[in-house]
Amino acid sequence: MSSPASEDLSARRGSRVVLLWLLTGLIGYFVLPWYLLEDGFFSFEWLFDGYPFDSDYAPAAFLIFQGEKIWLAPLILPLLLPLIALSQRSNRRLFSTLLIIAGASGLFYLFAQGFAIGIRGFNAEWLNNLFGELGDRQFGFGYGAVLLAATFLFYLTTGIATRGYINGDIFVVGAIGFIISIVALFIFFPIAQMLSSALRDNDGVYSLSIFIAKFSENKIWGLACLTENRGCGVAWNSLFLAIMVGAATTVLGLVFALVATRSGFRYGNWLRALTVLPIITPPFVIGLAIILLFGLSGTITQWVAGALDLQPTRWVYGLPGIMIAQMLSFTPIAFLVLIGVVEGVSPSMEEASQTLRASRWHTFRTVTFPLIRPGLANAFLLGFIESMADFGNPLVLGGNYDVLSTEIFFAIVGAQNDQGRAAVLAIILLLFTLTAFYAQRRWLGKRSYITKTGKGDGGSHTLMPKRIMWPCYVIAFIWVVFTVTVYGMIVYGGFVETWGLNHTLTFKHYITTFAVGWNEFGIHFKGTAWDSFFTTLQIAATAAPLTAIVGLITAYLLVRQQFHGKDWFEFGTMLSFAIPGTVVGVSYILAFNVPPLELTGTGVILIISFVFRNMPVGVRAGIASMSQLDKSLDEASLTLGANTWRTFRKVILPLMRPAILAALVFSFVRAMTAISAVIFLVSAEYNMATSYIIGRVENNDYGIAIAYSTALIFVMLTAILLFQLLVGRNQTSRPLAQSRTNVG
Amino acid sequence: MNHARKIAVAAGIALFGSASPAIAAEKLTYYCSAQEDWCQLMASGFEEATGIKVNMTRKSSGETFAQIKAESSNPKGDVWWGGTGDPHLQAAEDGLTEAYESPMRAELHDWSISQSESADNKTIGIYSGALGYGYNEEILKANNLPEPACWKDLLKPEYKGHVQMANPNSSGTAYTTLATIVQLFGEDEGFEFMKGLHKNINQYTKSGSAPIKAAARGENTIGIVFMHDAVKQAVSGFPIKVVAPCEGTGYEIGSMSLIKDSRNPENAKKFYDWALQADVQSRSLEVKAFQVMSNKAAESSPQAPDLASIKLIDYDFKKYGSSAERKRLLKKWDDEVSTLPR
Repeated sequence: MSSPASEDLSARRGSRVVLLWLLTGLIGYFVLPWYLLEDGFFSFEWLFDGYPFDSDYAPAAFLIFQGEKIWLAPLILPLLLPLIALSQRSNRRLFSTLLIIAGASGLFYLFAQGFAIGIRGFNAEWLNNLFGELGDRQFGFGYGAVLLAATFLFYLTTGIATRGYINGDIFVVGAIGFIISIVALFIFFPIAQMLSSALRDNDGVYSLSIFIAKFSENKIWGLACLTENRGCGVAWNSLFLAIMVGAATTVLGLVFALVATRSGFRYGNWLRALTVLPIITPPFVIGLAIILLFGLSGTITQWVAGALDLQPTRWVYGLPGIMIAQMLSFTPIAFLVLIGVVEGVSPSMEEASQTLRASRWHTFRTVTFPLIRPGLANAFLLGFIESMADFGNPLVLGGNYDVLSTEIFFAIVGAQNDQGRAAVLAIILLLFTLTAFYAQRRWLGKRSYITKTGKGDGGSHTLMPKRIMWPCYVIAFIWVVFTVTVYGMIVYGGFVETWGLNHTLTFKHYITTFAVGWNEFGIHFKGTAWDSFFTTLQIAATAAPLTAIVGLITAYLLVRQQFHGKDWFEFGTMLSFAIPGTVVGVSYILAFNVPPLELTGTGVILIISFVFRNMPVGVRAGIASMSQLDKSLDEASLTLGANTWRTFRKVILPLMRPAILAALVFSFVRAMTAISAVIFLVSAEYNMATSYIIGRVENNDYGIAIAYSTALIFVMLTAILLFQLLVGRNQTSRPLAQSRTNVG
Repeated sequence: MNHARKIAVAAGIALFGSASPAIAAEKLTYYCSAQEDWCQLMASGFEEATGIKVNMTRKSSGETFAQIKAESSNPKGDVWWGGTGDPHLQAAEDGLTEAYESPMRAELHDWSISQSESADNKTIGIYSGALGYGYNEEILKANNLPEPACWKDLLKPEYKGHVQMANPNSSGTAYTTLATIVQLFGEDEGFEFMKGLHKNINQYTKSGSAPIKAAARGENTIGIVFMHDAVKQAVSGFPIKVVAPCEGTGYEIGSMSLIKDSRNPENAKKFYDWALQADVQSRSLEVKAFQVMSNKAAESSPQAPDLASIKLIDYDFKKYGSSAERKRLLKKWDDEVSTLPR
């Protein structure tokens, strides 16, 4: 318990905060349209179109005065209840109790009515039996409802804070409450919806036997590939692929990390630059380049077949193709994880070993390697999760090798159209990735393998022993040549007429996609890609700062505050890293297509999906840079009388520029290149670049797909530079290294 | 805006004369399941012709069906144009689409009208195309393979690893293939055929036209697809030869449906009538769509397969479009064919 004086202070602050939220709530209830506007969240047509009486645009109070939607009337009680609390300020206990009651009951009633009454009246049969047919209906929450929900939430947190929880700190309790609510709403709620749809049959009846039948299907778990010449179940396919890719990327990543830091190789920065490329490459592009190189008519296949007089085959379709593409895409992640670990090994340890007359090889084997082992496991698990979640490469190169992520997609869009099966497959995929995620956190997260202590740690790293230096050089060289070839193909592919048929150079594809003309209204964007391009830029640019904000607030709470259930809070906020994009897409469709949270078909749902998918990155980057800031800085600010919000804003934020930059860049880039969740969520008005590209790939327009992708790569490079100028010059490679996590 | 809400708006205006009249721009949400450039041509053509703003989403017919079904309690789309007829028929069967008799019906081919009637006028044919296959001449030659001409030719052992078709579970085209074979040879013999074919298949693709696109790029030899898709690759300059199988073949009817309880039903009907006009349908040639259009007066390309010269079976759309029969056949194919070793 904190001292009575600080509690008085918190009650005084509390009443100011409550007054502010009361006003907000009143605006939500009396001024702004209660329901979702048909034309989208950001249109302002409603102001001129019958507001405030038209029932489409009316605030809740106007609806009730007109005798409509009277079930919204009781909301006024919890909204105004804090007025009593404000008059009872001296009685702290009553003050906080009233606030908690108002907040909790308000939230409960708001959501209860939202879920109970939908677009066809009552949503459940027993409500009809209880109250009779409603004869009315309602649409999703709009501005008004959202403001009221926020008001109730912060009544509740302010009430809890004035009870003395976390030193009565209103800002911190409010922030925790806010993060918990949005994570619950946008991560746990959709996943729960998906789980429940896996338990239902096509008529909506819950049935465990159907779930078990779908779950144990032979197509998922069959092991026929071991004994006969036919495919195994998709679950085994995914698992096997993920293990192979995890192992291969870890080895390659280690090779690169050693070459970059332990070989006296002078062009390490070039290596790092090369590793950024796959991160900003739109999906499919690598897959397409691989087909152009290794397909039946691919350049290399033909050349080898001609040279050795062999019949060219379709060997690349299936496991080999997916593996090559995923290794190209994910080796950089392993590299970025491992370079930090390899550099983190203190040179003094190795020097000590050598002083004791151990050879370089012996030192490497007995000192260096054990110290980087946990890093290896970490890199492996990251590669494993990325491979499991990857959607674009198996889609293009899969052949007959089906994996979970694509099967989920085709269970929904295929001619069978079985949402239940998609949900079951999604659960299996989620089980795999969550197990890996859990293993990573339990087994590695807590163990310290840092040997740098901050005390004078001079000296430089010893070179790696010769017997591994040469193999490393050779592997790294081959891989670099390969990566350069693949990207060369990508650029070249955008400039040839028709790949495989007519290799005349042309600007045709760029002109079709990005032509700009003039007409009587001024500049006219004629190219077919502009629509999706502008939407993508807009959505990525909106999602990036939101991701950074949510991530940094969470990081601040995790690093600087102590509260009960912090472990669970951390697990919840990092969880979305382990949820593959296809699963996010399916669950968002299931959860957000109907009132009260009606978001499908809007740009908002895309923004939300990006914010929550990339949030762990913001959190990681924030944690990393915040733990480097000495706590005495905050304490000095607090001692001088600033509150936590002011301290956060004036002291911590400015010191966290690198973390902010990393979160901004990463979430911007991810929003531009993501496909797996996006493909379920795009709509007529909000079509994204990646889903446009997949359409062109399907239509055999490789030239256009590649031209568009190349343009996107350059846009993202420009954006990264721009962000850097905006936020201030900083090293981007390190925070990105620690934070690059989810893909798919 | 749907009816109930429109009435509410009208009532609101009548009650409080102060409210300004609606100034919202007219619009239409248009789901398209044909090829991208055709979809765009239709969207921009309709915008030019009527001034109604069109919001278009292009997804395959299966994806669109899934979307309409998912959105059924709160429809977002107004009209669904293009894509093979089965999902349209299924949508009609599930009550996701609305019946409508267009004044344009008099100008349409019989096959279009009869398909519409089989679905209680909840959908209508806009184009049709026959099933067949295409092969890459160069690869065929390089592998010293004979030129196939019939369905049964594809069972020859020398084609092992050279034939590609889509997976009927994910592609309407491939389901049409399965249903065609069953109707052509009878169910028992038809499944024996599918089992024999299975031995020669190198990959079951996810999308219907992927096999011929792969053949065009030289990644495959023979692709079982709709003939107009094969013609398109040949016209684009790829070494593709189109085959109308000698035993006869089935066909699809690309369809259009009005989505039930949509927000802009009037504009949707405008689009529906407009899309059935001869001059609109003739524009399909601009985007190399070689299907036979449903308006009798629409132009067709000399390169397009002439439906009259192809032996067409009497395809039972009602039976093979129903979800019960579809589920049964797909399950049988899954259990008996797809699990066989190659």
